[in-house]
Amino acid sequence: MLIDLLNALALIGNFVVVPGIAYGSQLALGALGVTMVYAVLRFSNFAHGETMSFGAMVTILVTWALQAHGFGLGPLPTALLALPVGMIVTIGLCLGTDRLIYRYYREKKAVPVTYLIVSVGVLFFLSGLIRFIIGPKDQVFADGERFIMKARAFKEMTGLDQGLAIKTSQGITVITAVVIVALLFWFLNRTRTGKSMRAYSDNEDLALLSGINPERVVMITWIITGALAAIAGTLYGLDKGYKPFTYLGLVLPIFASAIVGGVGNPLGAIAGGFVIAFSELLVTFAYKRVVGYLTPGDWVPDGLVQLLSTDYKLAVSFFILVIVLLIKPTGIFSGKTL
Amino acid sequence: MTYLAGEGMCGGYGGVDILHQCSIGVDKGEVAVVVGPNGAGKSTAMKAVFGMLELREGQVTMDGQDISHLKPEQRVQLGMGFVPQSANVFTSMTVEENLEMGAFIRRDDISETMSGVYELFPVLREKRRQLAGELSGGQRQQVAVGRALMTQPKVLMLDEPTAGVSPMVMDELFDRIIEIARTGIAILMVEQNARQALSIADRGYVLVQGRNRYTDTGTALLANIEVRKAFLGG
Repeated sequence: MLIDLLNALALIGNFVVVPGIAYGSQLALGALGVTMVYAVLRFSNFAHGETMSFGAMVTILVTWALQAHGFGLGPLPTALLALPVGMIVTIGLCLGTDRLIYRYYREKKAVPVTYLIVSVGVLFFLSGLIRFIIGPKDQVFADGERFIMKARAFKEMTGLDQGLAIKTSQGITVITAVVIVALLFWFLNRTRTGKSMRAYSDNEDLALLSGINPERVVMITWIITGALAAIAGTLYGLDKGYKPFTYLGLVLPIFASAIVGGVGNPLGAIAGGFVIAFSELLVTFAYKRVVGYLTPGDWVPDGLVQLLSTDYKLAVSFFILVIVLLIKPTGIFSGKTL
Repeated sequence: MTYLAGEGMCGGYGGVDILHQCSIGVDKGEVAVVVGPNGAGKSTAMKAVFGMLELREGQVTMDGQDISHLKPEQRVQLGMGFVPQSANVFTSMTVEENLEMGAFIRRDDISETMSGVYELFPVLREKRRQLAGELSGGQRQQVAVGRALMTQPKVLMLDEPTAGVSPMVMDELFDRIIEIARTGIAILMVEQNARQALSIADRGYVLVQGRNRYTDTGTALLANIEVRKAFLGG
């Protein structure tokens, strides 16, 4: 009886909890980028998915160069060594697009919807640029040890029938996300510059009266956004494989995460990321074998006991988004400011 | 020569002038109050002195220096503090962070100025870890004034500091404003509560339709029959 329960838990752990935490961390990092831009520049940056893809692409190119010269990190993926370069180049890209494109609209005091359309333009440009540089095909760049814990090792260790595997990429994703989020919160709440960003996001006019320089705040926002995008994009690519087109599909769950949590609120972005990730997994998970463990044998139905086919993954984010907008449009943490 | 003076100011939003040859000013250690009926251009005159309004004619001088061409941010650097009428605190930040942001342009140690503000408004010390947005109207105004004081301004401009606070809090706030003036800061404020404001004013300006109607000491204006009849309800 207890063994059955443990098996059921291991099953859910392996297919829902572990991937959910990793995917949730990736969405949270992505949503943080979206939320920062929203809080300071006050527009929805639809190009964020492609910015993540761009960061991952640069990291991959550098990873290949390092691999070709025999550099590596042993059990850890070489991409971690290449990531700082990816971050710097992506920051450069963000500052460049701001300089060439967004600043013009800022000076014209454009309305948010204009910015939104402009960001869609940036999205298409970036997605073209990425395919031009690295091509539309899948790329493999993960190396090192694939698993922290293999399913078989878990079975041998615990004597259960069900394995619980933890991939290296999942472990790295979670650790990196925790470190990055801690750093970001420390920056926003403890440093003078971080506080000035929050002040600017809260009340632009009063920030100006206090001598806070808006252009500097905007610049730092893009630096943070670029760094976050490169990290999120690379982690997602490491975990799920780099396919340029998937990053466009990521925009919806990322925006859903940011909005569910309360757009403009960093805590909300993190909470939203996990809400969306776990909803997707819980709704598309096939519970058949769990039912098998938890009920006497002959109760198991023929079907998969799956609420929705995995093809409808995106519909889950969309559905949650609509519900939140209908019931509590400001999101869980009532966002709008940093 | 008055320390801070806007002289013969004409200007407005868009093509239409709101101010017509309007002059207001204040000296160090003084309280100057601008009163008048609704739409008299009181706040506009204040904004013009602070540089938030393009002047078509006239000039603003501080310490004998023409500052008419400076932006509001630059005037803050020169020692002007401004407390807007609404949205004058960072609601999502704590009281202490509000004060820190007020001192953003300063690079030196701000702790002394901050304890000065806390001495002036003791309740803020108690609530320093609380979000400014969670405070009562009167306490928020104290945060707003405190924030402006953090730059150690030479002039403090207040746009209706008692708007929306109870009469008791208003008296308290006026007392604090007098205290601030005693430290040598020039205070220029716009007020709806004309009677109370004029009673603490060293200078009073009564504006009507963007023009100076009466200018005198606060006590003299309060004693003036015409002013009382027309603007103070008898």
